[in-house]
Amino acid sequence: MTSEVVAAAPVPVPGRAQRVRELALARQDLRGPLIPILHAVQEELGYVAPADVAVLADVLNLSVAEVHGVVTFYKDFRRTPAGRTTVTICQAEACRSVGAVALAAHAQATTGCGFGETTADNRLTLEQTYCFGNCALGPAVQVGDKLHGRVTPTRLDALLGDAR
Amino acid sequence: MTHDAEPADPSSTPAPGTRPADPSSTPAPGTRPADPSSTPAPGTRPAGRVFVSCDSAARSVGADEVAERIAAQAAEVEIVRTGSRGMLWLEPMVEVETPEGRVGYGPVAPEDVDGLIAAGMLTGSPSIAGCLGLVDELPWMAKQQRVTFARVGVVDPISTTDYVAHGGMKGLRAALELPPAEVVEAVVESGLRGRGGAGFPTGIKWRTVLGAEADLKFVCCNADEGDSGTFADRMLIEGDPFTLIEGMTIAAYAVGAAEGYVYLRSEYPDAVATLTTAIERARAEGWLGPDILGSGFGFDLQVRVGAGAYICGEETSMLESLEGKRGMVRSKPPIPALQGLFGRPTVVNNVLSLATIPAILADGAVKYAAYGTGRSLGTSVFQLGGNVARGGIVETAFGITLGELVNDFGGGTASGRPVRAVQVGGPLGAYLPVEQFGLPMDYEAFAAAGAMVGHGGIVVFDDTVDMAAMARFAFEFCAAESCGKCTPCRVGAVRGVETIDRIMTDTAGSDRARNLVLLDDLCELMTDGSLCAMGGLTPMPVRSAVRHFGEDFHA
Repeated sequence: MTSEVVAAAPVPVPGRAQRVRELALARQDLRGPLIPILHAVQEELGYVAPADVAVLADVLNLSVAEVHGVVTFYKDFRRTPAGRTTVTICQAEACRSVGAVALAAHAQATTGCGFGETTADNRLTLEQTYCFGNCALGPAVQVGDKLHGRVTPTRLDALLGDAR
Repeated sequence: MTHDAEPADPSSTPAPGTRPADPSSTPAPGTRPADPSSTPAPGTRPAGRVFVSCDSAARSVGADEVAERIAAQAAEVEIVRTGSRGMLWLEPMVEVETPEGRVGYGPVAPEDVDGLIAAGMLTGSPSIAGCLGLVDELPWMAKQQRVTFARVGVVDPISTTDYVAHGGMKGLRAALELPPAEVVEAVVESGLRGRGGAGFPTGIKWRTVLGAEADLKFVCCNADEGDSGTFADRMLIEGDPFTLIEGMTIAAYAVGAAEGYVYLRSEYPDAVATLTTAIERARAEGWLGPDILGSGFGFDLQVRVGAGAYICGEETSMLESLEGKRGMVRSKPPIPALQGLFGRPTVVNNVLSLATIPAILADGAVKYAAYGTGRSLGTSVFQLGGNVARGGIVETAFGITLGELVNDFGGGTASGRPVRAVQVGGPLGAYLPVEQFGLPMDYEAFAAAGAMVGHGGIVVFDDTVDMAAMARFAFEFCAAESCGKCTPCRVGAVRGVETIDRIMTDTAGSDRARNLVLLDDLCELMTDGSLCAMGGLTPMPVRSAVRHFGEDFHA
């Protein structure tokens, strides 16, 4: 399943460190600013690179280890870029009761990706989650920003086909 | 219902984009004159108002596309996007305002819209396929006692005018007339208990925070609803966010807090957007800020988005996360009421607890406490999910039985096969067989049966479920989501997966009995030795699966 996976090495982006610093400075006066800053960095720049951690530690007067510890604790923060579209399949109990495990197997076979992996053409990243709160209309799948309910394997194929 | 209509507050200027008061909220159906305030500018008079949910569950099955299609086909119609009524199997549902009340149609697929309009849907015609009749009179709705959810699905969630027209802000106005200690005592008297799962009396917690001396106190709303099968927090925030804001403001006034945070999970982007907009509008109305409703009392509120860690639903992990740290559990004492966020006295309550506060203050603690049974007073919002024919939310007084919820409201399974098991109270709650369907929804009755009401989530499974696989998943989930601070949870969950795997691959059955003893021993250790409910309750689904569905634990 993992043969097509690209080990996506972040490419250094010119000006990135400066932008990370600006995003951090704009929020440093919040109480407990680190997580809002990490969300802002990821939203704008796609991921939190190892080099960003040092910048954030400097702005917030924290150790690099402290910031690294936070980045790696939370599943939302990626340290490498994702594919162009992220497909997230709920694997929690309510969705399991209506076929989410089989749906995940179908998605993995179709994309050649395990959870947390990206296709070789960088088109799709496959993820799992435990619960979108759509428990009465499962199985639930999020494609990009859009949540879909009652997703069958056939419907998933159509959604994956649209995600180009 | 508790939220009687009242005229819009003249001092409250509608925020941009808000709509006039909803005339359908006035009593005496059929005798209501047209509401002059709803008259739009000349030349744009709508033919009528149509309501389509913007709840994320409804959107996940096409509500946006239905609303767009109606707009394209009938430009003269005003489309109001509401929360969901909670009848999720009927979504997308379209409601049409008529003199008798709102007539519903559902489920409506986008491709059905043209035909339904041609057949007279927009006039509320009852004779067309898919017409549900008056929504308020549907048995699913009529049998409920909606207090916390009274406005959800009825109002435009981000309209301050709608909120006031449907009884909003009465609770805060009443609270501001009282000394803070009396507000706290009203909450004690209401019997309201925490809706996050533990069921601790809300008023007692507030009393502790009120009595604590500090330069600064906080109110934190735990909106990290990570339990599978629970979605009431999301629906409340998407459908009636002002009631949460009002409840938090009352809490702040009662305990003397100046700042509030809603810790809202990142898996709920629509809820984040709705609540953020609602906070901005509340601030513009003077419902938040330095001088709330001219009372001189100041309080402000922020949304903080979580980052995909289930454990941050545990209150001390949530506080660590709000402080910008890894969401690792704190040992108690000290309790957060005395040393919470940044070491200050902090009220930490669930969304539903806080969202129920305005109704308690508006209508009286006695009225609220009259609902319910035993020590479980008031109403609870139950959520029916999983393999269920009629999934959604049901708000009733405590004491309704599990069977009434699953069979009468839920209609059994969606697959049409027999119900075999239900999991109540989230991923750390017990799996119960149909033989237990006589259990009343009551904190103490469930505890006596080795189960928990938790946040009121009920997940239905049909007879194809493999309960050993579900028990294994409980450990797998705990292993994935453990914060790692204590050994029983961090290591125990991994050992639990291994032990169940040994049982399930033991084709000769020679070691099964020994491994089941080992499994029970491990469960006991996790229950007794874990630092928080994550490790402490993971044994509940495992042990209940073994107890009630032991036949599944064979290779």
